[in-house]
Amino acid sequence: MTRLLFFLVFFAATATRLFASDAQSLRSLALGNNDEKIAALEKIAAEGKSDFLPVLEALREDALYVRKAGAGAGTDDPEAVFVALPEGGATKVWTKERLAALPEGSENVTINNRVRSALGNALAALRLSSGDRDLRRAAVDALLTAPRPEMLASIERAILRESDPKIRRRLETTRAMILIHDADKSVRLRALGVLSETSDVAVRRLLDPLASSAETDTEVRAAALRVTRTIDERLSRGEILGRIFSGVSLGSILLLAALGLAVIYGLMGVINMAHGEFIMIGAYAAYVTQNAFRNYLPTHFDWYPLLALPVAFLASALTGVFLERIVVRHLYGRPLETLLATWGISLGLIQTVRSIFGAQNVAVENPVWLSGGIEVYSNLTLPYNRLAILAFTAAVLGALVALLGGTRLGLYVRAVTQNRPMARCLGVSTSRVDALGFGLGAGLAGLAGCALSQVGNVGPELGQTWIVDSFMVVVLGGVGQIAGTVYAALGLGVLSKFIEGFYGAVLAKIAILVMIIFFIQKRPQGIFALKGRVA
Amino acid sequence: MKRRSFIAAAIKSLGAAATLSALALNCPPSLAAEGTIKVGVLHSLSGTMAISETVLKDVALMSIDEINAKGGVLGRKLEAVVVDPASNWPLFAEKAKQLLTQDKVAVVFGCWTSVSRKSVLPVFEELNGLLFYPVQYEGEELSKNVFYTGAAPNQQAIPAVEYLMSKDGGEAARFVLLGTDYVYPRTTNKILKAFLKSKGVADADILEEYTPFGHSDYQTVIANIKKFASAGKKTAVISTINGDSNVPFYKELGNQGIKATDVPVVAFSVGEEELRGVDTKPLVGHLAAWNYFMSLKNPSNDAFRKQWADYANAKKLPGANRPLTNDPMEATYIGIHLWAQAVEKAQSVETDKVIAAMRGQSFKAPDGFTVKMDEKNHHLHKPVFVGEIRPDGQFNIVWKTPGPIRAQPWSPYLPGNSAKKDEPDGKSK
Repeated sequence: MTRLLFFLVFFAATATRLFASDAQSLRSLALGNNDEKIAALEKIAAEGKSDFLPVLEALREDALYVRKAGAGAGTDDPEAVFVALPEGGATKVWTKERLAALPEGSENVTINNRVRSALGNALAALRLSSGDRDLRRAAVDALLTAPRPEMLASIERAILRESDPKIRRRLETTRAMILIHDADKSVRLRALGVLSETSDVAVRRLLDPLASSAETDTEVRAAALRVTRTIDERLSRGEILGRIFSGVSLGSILLLAALGLAVIYGLMGVINMAHGEFIMIGAYAAYVTQNAFRNYLPTHFDWYPLLALPVAFLASALTGVFLERIVVRHLYGRPLETLLATWGISLGLIQTVRSIFGAQNVAVENPVWLSGGIEVYSNLTLPYNRLAILAFTAAVLGALVALLGGTRLGLYVRAVTQNRPMARCLGVSTSRVDALGFGLGAGLAGLAGCALSQVGNVGPELGQTWIVDSFMVVVLGGVGQIAGTVYAALGLGVLSKFIEGFYGAVLAKIAILVMIIFFIQKRPQGIFALKGRVA
Repeated sequence: MKRRSFIAAAIKSLGAAATLSALALNCPPSLAAEGTIKVGVLHSLSGTMAISETVLKDVALMSIDEINAKGGVLGRKLEAVVVDPASNWPLFAEKAKQLLTQDKVAVVFGCWTSVSRKSVLPVFEELNGLLFYPVQYEGEELSKNVFYTGAAPNQQAIPAVEYLMSKDGGEAARFVLLGTDYVYPRTTNKILKAFLKSKGVADADILEEYTPFGHSDYQTVIANIKKFASAGKKTAVISTINGDSNVPFYKELGNQGIKATDVPVVAFSVGEEELRGVDTKPLVGHLAAWNYFMSLKNPSNDAFRKQWADYANAKKLPGANRPLTNDPMEATYIGIHLWAQAVEKAQSVETDKVIAAMRGQSFKAPDGFTVKMDEKNHHLHKPVFVGEIRPDGQFNIVWKTPGPIRAQPWSPYLPGNSAKKDEPDGKSK
């Protein structure tokens, strides 16, 4: 009996002691200054207090609230901490009591970047033992950016437990990053061996002191030097790949914007100054589709770009066919008048859109699957929206080539552009082909606008920024050649991104223009020119 | 009236603008309009700056309505004349001339970019007009005809960088100075570079980058930032990107996974309105420095926010479902009220009398302090706040000055400025 009583008292004592220390941590988190908050977070992380997970998550999401003593309606209310719930209402921390609303007088607990990084580390430490693979992976990545020696024990425990080889490798890297400061030379060397496998910027930064004279042991210094060199090589590979990728990505956007013009100007010979406005119409079609999804199908909002593509194509193509029938067809063979007429049309279209949607830019949101990116190297992240545009451009290009080369309509278009009277003699309805060709070019511009809405701003003047680039691409590539357009777009994209990397965006723009002027002086027919009499 | 303006336009197009301006000088603006006092609003409603400037036009109209509802100024109602200079800098000068000579406005509230202000400055000085400029800028200017209700560098840029270098700001030691290529970012960065050097930051730890207006492809810039940040010391980005380029910049920042805890970005031209079209969840913790944030908690801000929300809803403004206020809106609001107070004090709308009456004029501002127009240098005394972006697109205030601080239009960090006078003498220098 006395023994039982003794146990009870002992348990009660330990329980209250634990509770008191937790309550102190919670109090520091909610009411302390930044230093106290960070100390509490480090304590929670070191002790592995997973009870704190919901509190820490709430703190990160800006959903943690505190009511100071006496701040409520009843003046002697004790101090209390609450977590606001996303669906409304709140829960009281520890008692888990559900409340219909946040109690009066409670204040949001705010943090700054310094606390936020300590919070990230604490969350990572607590999540190392999480059952969710993605959470564990994110936790390791967070630890890796700034590993702290006091985490060593829990990292070693996590390595033993870890079943996923990738996460285990990252855990071992993290351990090596801590052990690299070990007093034992052989431990340091072994850690260096592990780190030579990585290409992380954080690792590279860590190795600098070891590769310099701060390290007294020559063997370790030589090994560290070797490892830094390997990592540097990997990093510079990532950098060059990054340059090429951003160039190809810009090129794919240029190509997409110029493809429609390549059909209208390149194949049909119409100087269409309203091309940029067809792009703009496509972008606004994406905006309208987005709004329709938000209003009528909010659950499927993420898939709106898929429907926006055909909508954009049709909107621009119909506008194109309409304009061709009303204006452009009367002006075939009179390039100067076509130029002026289509320029007038472009001004009209801009003003129309301005009156309908307002002069300000409209917001087109990226769906979740087009946000973020995939990390290839630690210094090379490929954003999903740009990857998607790259794939989309390839698909559109393939479809266009198939259409022009493999279908009857394509055959007619080529026939009409090569020899209009002869095509008409053979029974081709040239006016119908003209309208369809113009519509096709405009529709392609619409698709470009839909894609551009995912990376840039959508406003009435959107087209103006692309019309010059589009003409540049088509003229440089050689009029009448789809292949030339492709090479010119990708070439311009990569070239301007490489110049931009060294001399900045302003000079890159100037340099590209100057280069094109000289190139056209030397070779007016562009990179590719049609050979023979048809040219 | 219509015929008169037609004739005026015809005369102007014949190139007789000089005669007209002489005429305008002879006839004081107070006599130009009977019954009402005309007030010019000169903000871009289209083009790359429309994202920022359109709301300033709306807030100006709201303040004018408010003053009219209380009986106007000098017992006369205010009448707004709104023009759209379309983010086109030479057009700003043309429209300013039109406001002063044709519409004969008593005062103009307008401009955002420094290049637009520089473009209208000669017009206001030549015609002795009055301009209230509501946006933070680079300093290095003092004109008798301009009142600057936005911040000078020592009221925004310098405190923000000091915060970044402090313990709470992350003790940044390497800086990327990133901006749009025109006078404000270039001058601000010149001042910041001199300031950083005075704090012992080496040249190798500063990277300067500029992009053109309306730039939309920030891949290379972000890659350069990543590379620069990988050198070991804590790196921060100081962004003076202006206009709609901010949307692709922040989108790319989020997509490339640059977190505020690794490389914080502090912006001087990004507020609540510019973040409207951006998914702010990946941007949590990036910073902005202003003299006002919508999230400030005080009674005058509550009233200001409510007034704006009601106005936006009543006028069905775009974005009225989520009405936002920001710093230049507050500065516009303060400017109009200060002007109205000065006119009441001077009992006249004549430029020189109003300028004299503006000295020491104070106003209980939505930032929670009573801000005062300096007796000498035409700048407001303002408090400074540093805020971090929250998931909902608002800002958490993480640092602030204890009270309003006096503007230093001539930055002491630039050589030769100590000799310059702290008040305008007739013309700007």
